[in-house]
Amino acid sequence: MPTYIGRRLLEALPVLFLVITICFFLLRLAPGGPFSHEVDIPAATLERMEAHYGLDRPLFLQYLGYLGNVARGDLGPSYHYPTRTVNEIILDHFPVSLELGLWGLLTALGIGVLAGIIATIRPDTWLDYLPMGGAMAGICLPTFVLGPLLILVFSLWLGWFNATGWNTAGDRVLPSLTLGLFYAAYIARLTRGGLREVIRQDYIRTARAKGLPEATVLAKHALRPGILPALAFLGPAAAGLLSGSFVVETVFHIPGLGREFVNAAFNRDYTLVLGVVILFAVMILLFNLLVDIAQVLLNPRQRFE
Amino acid sequence: MTRETSHPIAPASPRAHLSPGRLAWERLKANRMAMAGLVFLILFSSACVVGPWLSPYAFHEQPRIAEGAVPPGAEHWLGTDHRGRDLATRLFYGGRISLLVGLLATAVSLTIGVLYGAVSGFAGGKTDSLMMRAVDILYALPFTVFVILLMVFFGRSLILLFLAIGAVEWLTMARIVRGQILSLKAMAFVEAARTLGQRPGRLLSRHLLPNAAGAIIVYTTLTIPNVMLLEAFVSFLGLGVQPPMSSLGLLINDGATSMEAAPWLLLVPGLAFAMTLFSFNFLGDGLRDALDPRIRD
Repeated sequence: MPTYIGRRLLEALPVLFLVITICFFLLRLAPGGPFSHEVDIPAATLERMEAHYGLDRPLFLQYLGYLGNVARGDLGPSYHYPTRTVNEIILDHFPVSLELGLWGLLTALGIGVLAGIIATIRPDTWLDYLPMGGAMAGICLPTFVLGPLLILVFSLWLGWFNATGWNTAGDRVLPSLTLGLFYAAYIARLTRGGLREVIRQDYIRTARAKGLPEATVLAKHALRPGILPALAFLGPAAAGLLSGSFVVETVFHIPGLGREFVNAAFNRDYTLVLGVVILFAVMILLFNLLVDIAQVLLNPRQRFE
Repeated sequence: MTRETSHPIAPASPRAHLSPGRLAWERLKANRMAMAGLVFLILFSSACVVGPWLSPYAFHEQPRIAEGAVPPGAEHWLGTDHRGRDLATRLFYGGRISLLVGLLATAVSLTIGVLYGAVSGFAGGKTDSLMMRAVDILYALPFTVFVILLMVFFGRSLILLFLAIGAVEWLTMARIVRGQILSLKAMAFVEAARTLGQRPGRLLSRHLLPNAAGAIIVYTTLTIPNVMLLEAFVSFLGLGVQPPMSSLGLLINDGATSMEAAPWLLLVPGLAFAMTLFSFNFLGDGLRDALDPRIRD
């Protein structure tokens, strides 16, 4: 396994390199610069500012310099917040996004797997139709509809939670639901599909014949292979959870990295945009690796290739 | 009748006479959810096309600007927004834009995906593994981020929006087409055509792609809602379609900011959007069942 992980990490390097290169030149192709929106800057000042940040050097040298800095773990100064570095900004805001993402993931897995199991217990009865109908509705309610809807019902009408903010434990509930329910719906469908395949197999009949309670059969014997399709979906879901957090952070006014990223793009804060993109790419790659490892651990027939 | 009895082997069922297309249509008709989706899509898209002409208001006109948001009533069927604009009119215009972007972006992704997948699967060998490795790498990139960057930096034109979305949504299509071509390539009729001297380009366009059409149609139906979702997402963040023009994502965003005083501004476009996605998904699922040649009854 360690060699496998090592190889996968090595394979991730060219992908990251590609991401950095594409984004770096894409940003520079764009019209406007980090200081162009501040109207009344004398040309001399502008020149000095650009010189200060090295923006007057040839583009390719800037690119090489940036690559070198990134390799040393330095994402550079922010152009928009003169007193702060990108590393500081990310350290400030990333924990919030990470917490939100983990709650969302937990919601998705918890509700999704549970609904999938419930739907398998009595196939083609209301116990099956109800969770699956809910799942189809969940798939068709995107975050930016669900979030405002949840606020409308649970904070404006019922008054159970704060509409916005990220301070108390209660503030976590609505954003996590908003982020997680869409993926819960997919996971529920995949879990049900996986379980229904597994449940027809001989060893499940054996387990039942031994007289094991149905709950044990489902939770212990069927779930492990049955959850594999849902697990494979978690890789692509990670990217979705990240972009979903843009919307959730905007809707609920959460001081996370997603909101910071959209603002940075508007401000042409090149280094901050690049830093966040690199971080996202790293997160997606790591998460895909985790999912692949979990798949092999759960499925003894699969090996680390 | 006489011709039927003269058949040496009696047909297994009366359905055996139907052409493949007719058979698929019969199967689709039996799927109630898929048909409900199809009916809704036809109704909603014709409303979006015709609605703005029939409506007495324009999408940017503010007949009730002094009164703020007016709830649904006889004069404004779906009420007006906080700027006094007729919501029904804006919904139809928004639906037009969303459906248009959905179709055009899907067309872009369809073109790229089918070409890429077909070439990769047809070439096989080293070329194929190289091309598919590139797709794997692209899968790992945070694409939503790229769409956001493109919209921020290169202006918010509709054309750019659907090009950008189409350019990121082709990956799965390429994989599906490549898989189809790979398995079709090994079949006897392709071998026969090749032996008869058919050139590769014609082989691909006459024999391979038509046989992959089922999978392509199904996946296209499932791509449209994804694309519309992405468009609405970008518009929701304020980066897509620009006011005073409307799109479903923009309407939902507007509705979210004024939902306490005027909940219908959120509920109406939200519901319309959810129903559209619902319909496309059910129609796609139904088409998959109807076109899958492995299920013949």
